[in-house]
Amino acid sequence: MFDRLRKLRAAGVIGLNERNRNYLMARNPRALYARVDDKVATKRLAIAAGIAVPQLYGLIRTVREAQNFAHMVSGHDDFVIKPAHGSGGKGVLVISERRRDRYLRSDGQALAAAEIEHHIQNVLGGIYSLGGQIDQAIVEYRVHFDRVFETVSYRGVPDIRVLVYRGVPAMAMLRLPTRRSGGRANLHQGAVGCGIDLLTGTTTLAVCRDQRINEHPDFGTPLAGLVIPGWPALLLLAARCQDLAPLGYLGVDIVLDASLGPLVLELNARPGLGIQIANGRGLRGIFAAIDAAAPLPRGADERIALLRAYLSAQHLPGPLTTLS
Amino acid sequence: MQRSHTSLLAGLLVASALALIYAKVTRLGLPLLPGQLEPVWSVEAKIEFDSNRRAALVDFDIPDRLGEFVRLDEYFISRNYGLNIATRARDRHAQWSTRQARGAQRLYYRIEAVPQGADDVAEPPKIRAPKPPAQPIYQEPLASAIQDVLGDVRAESADVFTFVSQMLTRLNAPAPDGNVQVIRNNLDRNSEAWVERLAYVLAGAHISARMVRGVILEDRVSNRDLVPWLEVHNGKHWEGFDPRSGNRGYPDNFLRWAVGSDPVLVVEGGRNANVSFAVSRYAQSLTTVARQRAESNHSLLANLLLFNLPVSTQNVYRVLLMVPLGALVVALMRSFVGLPTLGTFMPVLVALAFRETQLAWGVGLFLLVTASGLSLRFYLERLQLLLVPRLCAVLVLVVLLMVTISLVCARLGIDKGFSLALFPIVILTMVIERLSVIWEESGPGQAVTEGLGSLSVAVLGYLVMKNEVLNHIVFLFPEALLILLAIFILMGRYTGYRLAELARFKDIVDAPAPDEQPPDVRPPA
Repeated sequence: MFDRLRKLRAAGVIGLNERNRNYLMARNPRALYARVDDKVATKRLAIAAGIAVPQLYGLIRTVREAQNFAHMVSGHDDFVIKPAHGSGGKGVLVISERRRDRYLRSDGQALAAAEIEHHIQNVLGGIYSLGGQIDQAIVEYRVHFDRVFETVSYRGVPDIRVLVYRGVPAMAMLRLPTRRSGGRANLHQGAVGCGIDLLTGTTTLAVCRDQRINEHPDFGTPLAGLVIPGWPALLLLAARCQDLAPLGYLGVDIVLDASLGPLVLELNARPGLGIQIANGRGLRGIFAAIDAAAPLPRGADERIALLRAYLSAQHLPGPLTTLS
Repeated sequence: MQRSHTSLLAGLLVASALALIYAKVTRLGLPLLPGQLEPVWSVEAKIEFDSNRRAALVDFDIPDRLGEFVRLDEYFISRNYGLNIATRARDRHAQWSTRQARGAQRLYYRIEAVPQGADDVAEPPKIRAPKPPAQPIYQEPLASAIQDVLGDVRAESADVFTFVSQMLTRLNAPAPDGNVQVIRNNLDRNSEAWVERLAYVLAGAHISARMVRGVILEDRVSNRDLVPWLEVHNGKHWEGFDPRSGNRGYPDNFLRWAVGSDPVLVVEGGRNANVSFAVSRYAQSLTTVARQRAESNHSLLANLLLFNLPVSTQNVYRVLLMVPLGALVVALMRSFVGLPTLGTFMPVLVALAFRETQLAWGVGLFLLVTASGLSLRFYLERLQLLLVPRLCAVLVLVVLLMVTISLVCARLGIDKGFSLALFPIVILTMVIERLSVIWEESGPGQAVTEGLGSLSVAVLGYLVMKNEVLNHIVFLFPEALLILLAIFILMGRYTGYRLAELARFKDIVDAPAPDEQPPDVRPPA
């Protein structure tokens, strides 16, 4: 046990206590949480800043409005309903198809309009929200994910989580839904996490339920060596999100839309630590490097350049084998 | 700087808590551990008299200041008598009265006392020095005998007390000379008359003297009389002298009962009045003794005791003061172990409920109520109700479930079911709701894990909160919570791994590195 403790410390792995005290408390001012926790606010800020986000079809604030959701989505065959203050992918309802008066979920389950209304009512009641507060339901564009991920994701939308530390992307992972995760891309629900080499945008290794795996649990497809298209643009997008909410320790969730390219799905003010397992190394090293480079440049592209210089110069510890 | 600040704060908190505890232990005699015993003396005065008249009035001198002892409690046992306690000058008197007293009458007065603690020695109230008595006009041959004795003693003594001591030694000499024999007048030297005689003789030297009567505390004796003692004033304070030997002071086991020569017992409307004393010793919990002692002692420290509160309030605090300890368990489990719980304080509240129901019952009830509630919740889900009404519906069902359990238990003759009245119904409702959401969102496995995690923390919390020693310490020394506060403050700075994280992050350091040759890089579609 003490041996592992020593090894983990040597690998620079950050635990929840350390994250909470040294990063969340120190780097994320409480007042800014509202901007990130409220997805409507995030979306508005992002649009104002010219950051690509899924289009908002409508916002449902009251139970009465819930009955009119059909008007909101008329003209859209597929859409997503999610709570404005949700966390961890809770309460996200993805409708991928319509068949007459039925709505088909991404997992194939058919829902009547009344069932969707009930879901919206639950969302409004705050059942999925942080702290159980009264919430709003967002109806928005469903991402048509890039086919590059087709063979490695079970329904749902794969996304890329970039951990942005003080405006510099510090670590990233590709999150792939599995059968066990119910098509959701959250690691703790059973999704696969693939570490990404920040320089090349290539996946390095994968974990599921905190355990190292080589193949996708549902498809048996290898998970290392996937190349994420448009990686530099994606990295820049993630770095720019720091300007929306100046949080020092920020999780940016990006999806790759087949036609629209990278879209920022949501920001997270308390990103989890599973990203370390997915990348097979601890965060403390790169955090320290970024801290050492302070004061950091104001432009996102300059920060990316700094990161590239650092990564190229440094042989990072851990299994970063795809560096070429 | 911040680090030393925190440590300093924690150190200060611990130091002040320890200082207060130390003061309470040493000055009030509060025990650090429960179950410690201290001897308590119980002295019972039995008053007997015959009455054939209709009305009787009994006036009995009861002790006020007990010398080296502290009164814990006193009891008056008298049927058909009205009781009045009168305080005259420095004396307390119990006055029993009745309109109908016929035949043999018996009244009891019992006092319980313990030796004085360090903090109990109160300053004696300032009393004016008594005026030296005028020299009595003695009759011959007493006059010359006293003159001779006093003259001899005066030559051999330095001050009042040595004078008295010398005189008593002389008067108690085994081979008395003529003068002493005259003074002794064949009096029993254990009697009150002897002490009064001594005071009478001392008046010849203008020395204030009086009789003090008390009880000699010996275990399991009865039918004792009060023991007379001689007390002499030297112009500054009173000092006791053994009338039979002249030794200064009182014996350690002398419980002071009455001062002065007035009869201890006066009965109007009765004959053959008699009072006798019985003494016994029994062990009582040190806590009780300390509490009663603190009640009779009005120091600032004693005011800080929770015993000063009404009993019902005390009972609330007995529970309330344990809550932080339960919170400590939760904090340890979450910050150091990493056990998932539903909410921060839910386990504490459930643990509190376990106090009412006992552990096995509590766990059973928790599982039963949660499981039934969950099934009902899933049924309600199908009705597609709004959140708040649905929560309330679950609440109603939980309440009804508890009523049913209680009724069934009563029917089966098990009374444990009734004690769940305080089971946190609202908390359980929230548990059910959150568990059902976790069940749907993350699967039954996660729900069961978190439910059982909370339950096990609650059980641990219960075991800590039930601990008798901790209960005792926290109740007698609420300042011990300051130590807990310091622990929490220090814990808030812990940034190390949680136990569960050692397992969670295992693969970062233990898993084999992926294949060294780069896997075939597939081109993006």
